[in-house]
This record gives sequence, structure tokens and C-alpha cells, in this order.
Amino acid sequence: MTNLANLQLTERGELRHFLTPEGLDRLMLERILDTADSFVVVGNQEVKKVPLLRGRTVVNLFFENSTRTRSTFELAAKRLSADVLTLDIKTSATSKGESLLDTLQNLRAMHSDMFVVRHGDSGAAHFIASQVTPDVAIINAGDGRHAHPTQAMLDMLTIRRHKGQFEPLSVAIVGDILHSRVARDQIHALKTLGCSDIRLVGPNTLMPQGIESMGVTTHKTMDSGIDSVDVVIMLRLQTERMECAFLPSAGEYFRLYGLTTKRLAQAKPDAIVMHPGPINRGIEIESAVADGPQSMILNQVGYGIALRMAVMSMAMSGQMQQRQAHANNPPGLIGEQRS
Amino acid sequence: MGATQTLKYPELADTPALVNHLLDQIDRLITTHKLDQPLVIGIHTGGVWLAKVIAEHIQAPLGQLDIAFYRDDFSKNGLHPQVSPSSLPFNINDRHVLLVDDVLMSGRTVRAAMNELFDFGRPASIKLITLCSVNQRELPIQADACALTLDLDVGQYLQLEGPEILKLSIIEHANHD
Repeated sequence: MTNLANLQLTERGELRHFLTPEGLDRLMLERILDTADSFVVVGNQEVKKVPLLRGRTVVNLFFENSTRTRSTFELAAKRLSADVLTLDIKTSATSKGESLLDTLQNLRAMHSDMFVVRHGDSGAAHFIASQVTPDVAIINAGDGRHAHPTQAMLDMLTIRRHKGQFEPLSVAIVGDILHSRVARDQIHALKTLGCSDIRLVGPNTLMPQGIESMGVTTHKTMDSGIDSVDVVIMLRLQTERMECAFLPSAGEYFRLYGLTTKRLAQAKPDAIVMHPGPINRGIEIESAVADGPQSMILNQVGYGIALRMAVMSMAMSGQMQQRQAHANNPPGLIGEQRS
Repeated sequence: MGATQTLKYPELADTPALVNHLLDQIDRLITTHKLDQPLVIGIHTGGVWLAKVIAEHIQAPLGQLDIAFYRDDFSKNGLHPQVSPSSLPFNINDRHVLLVDDVLMSGRTVRAAMNELFDFGRPASIKLITLCSVNQRELPIQADACALTLDLDVGQYLQLEGPEILKLSIIEHANHD
């Protein structure tokens, strides 16, 4: 997957797809966070809606289940005043034998402006953006083990709103790094935003080989991993991993890597605790921590809507400008031109 | 640049005098319309600078609006690259609002600002305050207080510099958004 920046940006350097933070520069990531900050305010208005995407059609294409991500994307699109169609592809035409390509071409023919894509295969959103429908804005809502950029960026938004600048921060990411679709994006985003102390904490069986080359340190124990950190990001443990012998048992995992009040005391006194949800109480995290004053878990939900509104409006903006720039060019350059 | 206009409108050379003239008008406006405990809301960015001066003068709470999400040219010009959060640290329901912008030209910014305001609540009234009005309205919107009204040539725009020292001047460029 080369040229990630080029695929995501217009000729003028504006965002037109959002697939991964990888390849986007610091200025762009900060613009996403700045825009999201303004959308947080919209969430506090009496009318929690802005007219930006009025008359635009956003299609949520969910090839795998994710109630939480799907509902926040749906709410984000609605708060931007877009018309929203949510397709659970497993129960729709593809199960009748229609190919992905045909499904997409059909949706495009309905003048859809944006696809929010969730897929079990790594690279699915990239494929759609590069090959199938380059003139529709694509937002990656999670693909395989590869990326989950809006989750990673909402985590960045949470950190910036509660901790300020990234440079002096120590951030620990704890749990199943190997199977996490968000950890990679978190590392890319943290590095780009200037964070230099990124620690990955987890058992060897859940740590990708050679991950240190991304500029992070790995820790087998919580003691060294979260010592004096400013931010603890807990990853969700997918219990099905237990069955594949990656882990001995839930109890054993909690004993070694569970975030307890006692363990959290090793981090800085004002450290924040984050988790993408849904949380497994008593497996990754103790209830007292999840519901405690340092927990950002519920704040993250609200920030998630604002962040998704930001990338959707920015990508739509870039996509429309790209269409305008090519409006007088012969058809075929960025796909069929539309009036 | 804009030399002819500066000669034609000598008031442009003295921004503090224009501001004082505007403050006098606002005092009269508040008295005439019996605006009890008005709120001052500035439109980002020049309007906010001016609103700060007005809020201090009349001892009123200050809020700010960034209308980036409410503009009517999103399809044409996209999202403004620098968006700053709107901040209304008060409830506007049933309150009198002084909406402040530095320059009133097409009227589109004010329309967007009013749309945004109504998403925060239902004010009792809105009065529009502007330092300078340019006779190029595209919408039926007029100021309730305005220090100077003028005509400009095509390609000329008014710009307020700030925030510490406010200075109004004419600039010329082809693609002003």
C-alpha cells in the first residue's frame, strides 16, 4: 500500500478519503483535531446539528458487525444534516450472490457522496478508494487487523483535550497489540503528533514481531509499562483469542495485565485511562478504574461523534473541490463526472 | 492601494474614532429599544475583536461564533481550513443579542451567524452591529448600528487588523472568499 498520502489527499493537499493516519502530516492531523474541537461544541448546542452536508448522501457499508462504531457514524452523519443509509451487507444483496463491485456500482449510481466502510479484510477501504469509486469519499471505519483510524484519532482528541501537547507525554498501550486494528494507527498518530515515549504492554504471544521498528518500546510487565505514564490506553481483549491459545485464561490475564486501582497508582497521579469499549470488566480493567475519576471512557464516546463529523466534513469538502477542479476535464479522469 | 477611497472617506484613517462613534450609537440603541441586559456576540475573527471592545464598554457578557459550519458556499469553497470553536458561555433564550461583525458586505456571513444562533436557542431579539458597511448587499440584511457606509470598487475589500490595536483598511485582491 504505497502512496497512502496521495490516495487520501487531493491535488491541493486537502483530505478526500480518510483511510489511516499513516502518511498524513502533523498539520493535517492537527487540522482534524481542531475541526473536531469545534464539533464538540455543536454537541452542546440546543440543536445538535449543522447544515454542512445537507443534500449529501452517506452510505454506511458494514460488512461486519460493530454496533458502537456504526451508531456513532450514523449519528455523526445525521448531525451534519446528511441523508444516511446504513447497509448491513451480510444481510443484503451480497448474500444473494452480488459481488462487492456490483453493490458499490449500484450505490454509486444512486448518487451517494460518501461510503463509510467497515470490513473484515485488511485493505478493503483502500481498495474501494483506489480502484472502485475514487470519486466518492471513503471513510475507513475499520478494516481487518490493519486500521481503525477514527478510533485512533478520537483517542488523540481525548488526549489533547485533557493533556494538551503530545511532546512531553508518556503513553502506554496495553493489551492485545497483535490483533488490534487500532494500535497501529494510534502509534502512527502519536508519533506524527510528536509523542516520543510510546510503550506497548502485553504478553509476548500478543506482541507483533519487530514492532519496535515503529519507534516504540515493548514491555512484558505492567510495572515497567505504566510507570509514570500520563496516558494509559487499554485495548479490548477479544475473548475468542483465549480459544486460540494466545492466552492461558481470563483470570490469568487480569492478574498480569488488568488495570486495577493499585496498578494505576504507578502512573502519574493525574494520568488518564482510555478504552475503546465495550469494556470487559474484570478482564482488562477493574470496575473501580473504569468508573473512576481518571477514566475517559464515556468522554471518548462524545469525542468519537465529533471526530467522525470532522473527518466526514473534511473529506466531503476535499472530494467536492476535486470534482469541481475536474468538472471541465474529459470523463474518465476521476471516474464519471456528475452534474 | 485604495488611495482614492481613502481620500473619499477620510474617516477610514482614524479607526479609534470610528469605534467611538459606533459605541455612541450602541448606547443610543440600547436606550431607545430598552435592551435589558444585552449579550454581545462577535463573529470570528474581526467581529470578536470589536465585540470585546463593545462588551467592555457596556459591561455585558461576551460570546463568539465561528460560522464555518453554517456557510452557504460549502459546495463551492469547501470547509474553511481553520475552524475555531464557537463559544457562548451563556443561555441566549429570551435574551437581547448584539451580533457584531467588523464589516457588513454581502450579508451572507450574518445570515449564517443567525442560523447558528438559533441552534443555540431563541433570543428575544438580535441587533446587528458593524463597524463598516459596504454597499454590496446580496441579502436583505441591514445593520442597526454602523459607523461608516461606503462604496468600493470591484476587487476591493475592507479588512480589520487587530486584536490589540484595531485598524481598518482597504485591501485589493482578486479572490476574496
